[in-house]
Amino acid sequence: MLITRRTKDRIIHGTFFAIAASCVLVLFLIMLFLFIEGLPIFKVVSVPDFIFGTAWYPTDDPADFGILPMIAASFSVTLLSSLIAIPLGIMTAIYLAEIATPRMRNIVKPFVEMLQALPSVVIGFFGMVVVAPLMQEWFDIPTGLNMLNASIMLAFMAVPTITSISEDAIFSVPNEMREASLALGATKWQTIANVVLPASLTGISTAVILGMARSIGETMVVLMVAGGAAMIPTSIFNPVRPMPASIAAEMAEAPFQSDHYYALFATGMVLFLFTLMFNVLAAYFAEKKKQVGVASL
Amino acid sequence: MRFKSLAIMAALVLGLATSAFAGEKITIKGSTTVLPIMQKSVEAFMKKHPDVTIEVSGGGSSNGIKALLDGSTDIAMASRQMKDKEVKLASEKGIDAKEIVIAFDAVVPIVNPANPVTDLTADQLKAIYEGKITNWKEVGGNDAPIVVISRDTSSGTYETWEGKIMNKARVFPGALLQASSGAVLQAVAKNPKAIAYDGLGYVNDSVRAVKVNGIAGSAETAKNNTYKVARSLQIYVNGAPAGATKDLLDFILSEEGQKIVEETGFIKM
Repeated sequence: MLITRRTKDRIIHGTFFAIAASCVLVLFLIMLFLFIEGLPIFKVVSVPDFIFGTAWYPTDDPADFGILPMIAASFSVTLLSSLIAIPLGIMTAIYLAEIATPRMRNIVKPFVEMLQALPSVVIGFFGMVVVAPLMQEWFDIPTGLNMLNASIMLAFMAVPTITSISEDAIFSVPNEMREASLALGATKWQTIANVVLPASLTGISTAVILGMARSIGETMVVLMVAGGAAMIPTSIFNPVRPMPASIAAEMAEAPFQSDHYYALFATGMVLFLFTLMFNVLAAYFAEKKKQVGVASL
Repeated sequence: MRFKSLAIMAALVLGLATSAFAGEKITIKGSTTVLPIMQKSVEAFMKKHPDVTIEVSGGGSSNGIKALLDGSTDIAMASRQMKDKEVKLASEKGIDAKEIVIAFDAVVPIVNPANPVTDLTADQLKAIYEGKITNWKEVGGNDAPIVVISRDTSSGTYETWEGKIMNKARVFPGALLQASSGAVLQAVAKNPKAIAYDGLGYVNDSVRAVKVNGIAGSAETAKNNTYKVARSLQIYVNGAPAGATKDLLDFILSEEGQKIVEETGFIKM
């Protein structure tokens, strides 16, 4: 009946390993499923035709499965939303970590984080019902359901991610470095710009990439406000149809294991590869240039 | 996923509820448009005939008809008529596919109430959806670009529109896609330059229905076939229905069954 400390240790070790391993296994199975359901489409259409084709008519006879407009839409929406979200997110982070008084910080931070708690369907609905008609009026454009609207809504969703991770990075810059800079006669602003920011650049890059990954994978918002035209956009006021919107809109009515069904899974595969790329990139930045203590600068 | 998961759930519930009875078993497959009518009808029917087991699933009209020809379903639901190719295949397989119309459905073009256009011809609608007519003034409206809104290509409503209006032409890629009938309404209600189409059951006061070739879409005009974008919803069975299948069909065509048709937003017989 005696359980030695060593066996106890082994059991705990084993339990944790099993839990971690099952996570990895589930992830692997999901990936496997995605590929099993997506790959059959390439019997019908070649890989280049799928990725570079510009016509998406999956239910026509003969059907066309070209997802280039969707890829272009995903990229342009992500890029535009990053252009909005990165300055906002990073500047908010700097304010919170370096400038704000603790009291102010306690007020502002929860509000920024609450943005993250807003369900995406609420943000989408807001964009659809409030922002779209306003945009139509202000810019005198045919439709407010377009790339700019979707990008602004996505930026709302990316800002909290970017802010909180950047803030952590800025906050963790050792105080000695600030003190040294100030002691040399630098102003507060010079210290932030030339010492604190460069020191936390790794964390900020990670924040930005994770924020972008969130934008490229987000479904509900782009389904509701991006407009959904399968056209390669030429202006920020064009309606677009990013990959997640296309999958979400069509999966419900695509016959099980038809070419259309396979094509949607293949679109999911492409999307998965993109987000994977973003995450690998983020991990690379976080790991490669990891700051270890004060001495590494 | 909505219809598919609903169908699976319905099938499970029905399967569990009746597995204790060793009665007749009917399988029903096909159109997701007909599915809500069928689900409600089957629910009501099962209450009266607890000895009958019925499995209902979606998958689309083509899947349903294919299953009927393969003999893997007793009843196929279809929001379109059987194609010549399918009729030929049926006779090759010695299957006597009988069509029974159970409801009607009309798809109407809708615009914003602020839009002065009240009547469009089918040709004008086709040109608008092909992206050839791009300004409202070309069809008697204000000088404003036309914002073309469509359902996504796999929607049954889209297929009706494509079949009755587009005549094998494609909806141009610049058309805005909306994922649901509700979203279509919302988009048109908020945009004076927009045009879309929606099932008659969905149209409300926030938008205005447009006549097609001078005829307004209604239960009346859909039934007497004068309205262009109308269709019948039907089921196909192999040979003259008998036994529980006949009972179910009789129920759907009865007053009580047709009330369910109306409740689900379609036009009764």
